Amino acid sequence: MTIPITYYLVLSAVVFLTGLVGVLIRRNIIAILLSVELMLNATNINFVAFSEHLHDLGGQVFVFFALTVAAAEVAVGLAIIIALHRAKDTINIEQFNLLKW
Amino acid sequence: MDHLFFGYFAGVIALTAVLVVAFRNPIYSALSLLIMFFHVAGLYVTLHAEFLAAVQIIVYAGAILVLYLFVVMLLNLKTDDRYHSQWRAAGFVGGPLLIEFLVLLAGSLAAPPAALPRVDIETGDNTMAIGETLFSTYLFPFEVASLILLVAMIGAIVLAKREVPETPAS
Repeated sequence: MTIPITYYLVLSAVVFLTGLVGVLIRRNIIAILLSVELMLNATNINFVAFSEHLHDLGGQVFVFFALTVAAAEVAVGLAIIIALHRAKDTINIEQFNLLKW
Repeated sequence: MDHLFFGYFAGVIALTAVLVVAFRNPIYSALSLLIMFFHVAGLYVTLHAEFLAAVQIIVYAGAILVLYLFVVMLLNLKTDDRYHSQWRAAGFVGGPLLIEFLVLLAGSLAAPPAALPRVDIETGDNTMAIGETLFSTYLFPFEVASLILLVAMIGAIVLAKREVPETPAS
């Protein structure tokens, strides 16, 4: 008795949309980065579910690459947060409007 | 039994995902994300991706989340974070998603799902199979991934480096 692929798709969609809402409504930059992690994990669940469904290992290898990009994103993102905090002494997203038109 | 495991993992993943967004304190958010990572790893095990489950725990829970907690503690954040609404951006993202959802729903109602091609892989050792795929078919992307990590490391060091004041000439 196997789980249908639809269940994984629904779970992934729920997690992805939660991350999307988090990116849109949070004002703390660290919370926004955490929400981005949620979205990356949602896509990873999709990749692994389809890899199992299609009996193709390519999906799992792509999760590996997504993990690499997530690690790079976290390193650079947190460095940017530290630089921003040093410049303005806050990480509230509303304080950073230098590049707004 | 499969459904039981899936229900447990999916329920905890969905719950902790909502908690990540709902908590105002970033530390609580990060800790519920940690619980989510462990359950995603469990889901990977049920999907016969044991290597990825181990990598998920080591890299995500061990490295990425520790980095988050380190920065949260370093910056000594207050928790007066409030929500704000971004209807324009939400519309830009949500509109295409809704259209895509409707198109897919209409398509799946119109046509029965086609039989999917089944590419048979070597059953057995998952780690060995991934290694063989990674170092044969995906060798070039693998090298590019290592370059991405190098660039990210240099970028992080350059961004977070404090400006060293000029030493006065003696």
